[in-house]
Amino acid sequence: MTSKFILALAGGLLAAVSAQAADPVKIGMITTLSTGAGYLGQEVRDGFMLAVNEEGGKLGGVPVKVMVEDDGRKPGNGKQIAERFLKRDKVEIMTGVIFSNIAPVVAPMTLKAGAFYISPNAAPSTFAGKSCNQNYFAVAWQNDNLHETAGAQANGLGYKNAFILAPNYQAGKDALTGFKRFFKGKIVGETYVKLGQKDYAAEIAQIRAAKPDMVFHFLPGGMGIGFLKQYVQSGLKKTIPLVVSSVSMDHRIMTAVGDMAVGVRNSSHWNADFDNAANKAFVAGYQKAYGKMPTVFASQGYDTAKLIASALKATGGKVTADADGFRAALKKADFAAVRGDFKFGNNNHPVQSWVGRIVEKDSSGKLINRSTGVIWKDHQDAYAKDCPLK
Amino acid sequence: MLLFFEQLLNGVQLGVFLFLLAAGLTLIFGIMGVINLAHGSLYMAGAFASALALRLSGSFTLALIAAPLAAGLVGLAMEVIVIRRLYARDHLDQVLATFGLILFFNEIAAISFGRQPLFMNIPPALNSTVELLPGAPYPVYRLLIIIAGLLVAGLLYVLISRSRAGSLIRAGSTDQEMLSALGINVKMLFALVFAFGAMLAGFAGGLAGPLLSVEIGMGENILILTFVVIVIGGIGSIRGAFAGALLVGIADTLGRAFLPGLLKLMLPPAEADGIAAGLASMAIYILMAGILIWRPAGLFPPQGRSGA
Amino acid sequence: MRRRIFPLIGLAVFMMLPPLATWIGEPYLVSTFTRIVIFAIAAVTLDLLIGFGGMVSFGHAAFFGLGAYVSGIIAHHAAEQITLFGLPATDQALIIWPLAILVSAAAALVIGFLSLRTSGVHFIMITLAFAQMLYFLFVSMEKYGGDDGLMMLERNPLPGLDMSDDWSFYYLCLGLLAVVLFILGRLINARFGMVLRSIKQSGPRARSLGISSLAYRLTAFCIAGAGAGLAGALMANHNGFVSPALLHWTLSGDILIMVVLGGIGTLYGPVLGAVIFLALEEFLPLAFEGAGLPGFKEHWRVVFGPLLIVIVLFAKSGLYGFLLGKEAADV
Repeated sequence: MTSKFILALAGGLLAAVSAQAADPVKIGMITTLSTGAGYLGQEVRDGFMLAVNEEGGKLGGVPVKVMVEDDGRKPGNGKQIAERFLKRDKVEIMTGVIFSNIAPVVAPMTLKAGAFYISPNAAPSTFAGKSCNQNYFAVAWQNDNLHETAGAQANGLGYKNAFILAPNYQAGKDALTGFKRFFKGKIVGETYVKLGQKDYAAEIAQIRAAKPDMVFHFLPGGMGIGFLKQYVQSGLKKTIPLVVSSVSMDHRIMTAVGDMAVGVRNSSHWNADFDNAANKAFVAGYQKAYGKMPTVFASQGYDTAKLIASALKATGGKVTADADGFRAALKKADFAAVRGDFKFGNNNHPVQSWVGRIVEKDSSGKLINRSTGVIWKDHQDAYAKDCPLK
Repeated sequence: MLLFFEQLLNGVQLGVFLFLLAAGLTLIFGIMGVINLAHGSLYMAGAFASALALRLSGSFTLALIAAPLAAGLVGLAMEVIVIRRLYARDHLDQVLATFGLILFFNEIAAISFGRQPLFMNIPPALNSTVELLPGAPYPVYRLLIIIAGLLVAGLLYVLISRSRAGSLIRAGSTDQEMLSALGINVKMLFALVFAFGAMLAGFAGGLAGPLLSVEIGMGENILILTFVVIVIGGIGSIRGAFAGALLVGIADTLGRAFLPGLLKLMLPPAEADGIAAGLASMAIYILMAGILIWRPAGLFPPQGRSGA
Repeated sequence: MRRRIFPLIGLAVFMMLPPLATWIGEPYLVSTFTRIVIFAIAAVTLDLLIGFGGMVSFGHAAFFGLGAYVSGIIAHHAAEQITLFGLPATDQALIIWPLAILVSAAAALVIGFLSLRTSGVHFIMITLAFAQMLYFLFVSMEKYGGDDGLMMLERNPLPGLDMSDDWSFYYLCLGLLAVVLFILGRLINARFGMVLRSIKQSGPRARSLGISSLAYRLTAFCIAGAGAGLAGALMANHNGFVSPALLHWTLSGDILIMVVLGGIGTLYGPVLGAVIFLALEEFLPLAFEGAGLPGFKEHWRVVFGPLLIVIVLFAKSGLYGFLLGKEAADV
């Protein structure tokens, strides 16, 4: 009787173990699919799923189950979804977060639950410095990098003074701080606008009066497009050029504003014209799968999936069951990134190159972002030195 | 000084633009006593219609005609199906039912056009600047908005104070029974007034399209501004709406333009920027609260009807 | 009769919810239930204004958000060990929550005093304007995260209770809802409530009877603000996060809808309203998915909007009124 019971128990356990081995690795993707900024999340998701579909539902040879939910850009929603993912679905890898106001909610919950947090986009300074975490990885960049690079590019272009503007919220202030960190010229005007503002008549008049060499702005999504249109209308774009970061002039925005974008300088860690095998395959594959050009966000989603694939392959599909192994494999970043050179710094944030870009028309009259040259090689963020990780 | 003139003009432009929305809203309230939160949805309908018309026809003139037409039709449907049943209800019911309309229209727009903003380009002929004063070039398109808004204001004035339709409307706001006794179809009159208000909102949406982006929820932010305008002006008064619109437009623009500079004289720059931006976005609400405390029924309360 | 039994049944159901969630294998639902209970507190206090005082406030989220920010900010100071107005900050719930209530009540006193000079639509709009003002104030408060909001790593500790345990927190919120309902019930049936209702029905007559209408209405406004402040503090603890979204005008609209869904002028109706509203919010998307329309999942409002209109037009007394028939109206 007892032995029978033990046998049955053992059999049950075995069945459970083998079932577990066949279970796919659960990946929770909390991203922003709705609201005006919804295309960012859609691009990240599409880029990510392209990598998964290339392998027929696997990453690194390991079956994965990707669950995608929309946070509507609201931290409250993000928290609820994270709770469901972590408590009910027991995801082992959390990814997808686009906006820096969602990350401070989702990341700590994920880390507390012992899962891995791998960001394809948002990387606020909070998690890059002294509060960095061994299970928190940022694949795209640290937020400040985007705007620091614009500052460096402005130096390279020889501008002596600049007018800068951003929405009156944390990411906006970080952007202007980032720009000023490396810009060597003088700031002749610094303006904060209301988040979601659509009409920039007052600000454009201030710019005209300040007569700067250039204008830098960080106005995400629709805000930036409205600004550009009104800026062109005011006739200022002909005399005072715009230098922005990649997120303010991605492929979507460029095609949305059309010819008005021509001549806008921006900087990025990735561009569709990068000449490496992984990127060529990615750009072609993306166009084939979705019938459109990928944006920088799609490239980040794709790289994130490839990074996870490399680590899953190294551990044979074990994530939290072999957390040390999975972590070490992630940190190695042993995959061909579409952006070219890529490695993690001590704080699990990228150390990578940045290039300048300019919007032009190609021979067929289509708008493209052309790479103009390397601004920085192996650039790291300013917070890494405060991070105790090795 | 030149900068101040330009900013003042910007303020007037915003004010005139707000008037287009406020006129319809205040007319509808003044006559039918309905508070319509979905007025912003009509503005959005106009903007989407003009974007669509421009895309299909390539003609900006057609787009500007399509905007009020579409909004007028949507408005008419809205009146017949929902608003009509709210005339006899209290304000709370009106607020809630029209809040429901907002949710509905936003989702309909999302389903039909997606959540991405649509973009319309300004016709090249209007995409330039004129020098009103030497050294102060001003975008032609914004000037066009000012002119269009002033024309509408003039038209409304004549319509309401001089025409038979206007006297019917004025009578409707005071004595509905007498109108019915005279054999006038009050139901029809109300529906037409509502549709007219909707057309004005749609026209504003059409004008806004090329300047701002056309997107879901574009109506809500402007709606709140519009409410501030008509509350300041005195709900139900066209004259009040005009004064309120200019006041709000100018206060908002000048606040954004000059508050940072002013505060920097008193505070360290880093703090001044943030506080100024905050104050600038609060400016019109402070203005509204101030005016209501001073004159609880607004600047120009209409005579016939109490502030209610 | 039904009037007495329903609240007891309701309480019993609410008590049973967490074990039920565990039993059906969806323990995370406790979090949803907690949200419902917290919003119920905000909704019943708003109903004191609308249903009993005739004051249609469209800015209730202001007090809700204020309460949330008070607990968020004090906890932030405690966590970072920075003094607040020269005093050492604490994270103790017993100090923070009463403060949240107090600050919200004080704000309600000022806002109410100014707003109550107006009536009708003007009152609706001025309460909205004050809420928007506070919204933009917090958006521009860089020190406390501005638009991004403020994290609270831990819930405010309460002696004798493990606050990190979701069940404990749920039952605590439920207990507070019961306390709020008890107090409101006593108030409404006391002289205060009768005077308030008589002012609602006939402002001028009440005044001629020598009743200071302003004093009564202002008191009600402060009580409602205080209740919303408590709900806000609980929400901050529940979310572990505060942001200006808690003061946004659409949230005021949401709370208003809860009151109407449940039944205006009933004590327990808004609780039911909160249940329906948040349940719809949670399950309408899933219903679309279940109906084979996953593409419509994010468009659940396309059904919810018209539903709201229908309820306003045809079911004015709300669900509670529907359940209770005539009895609901007399509290």
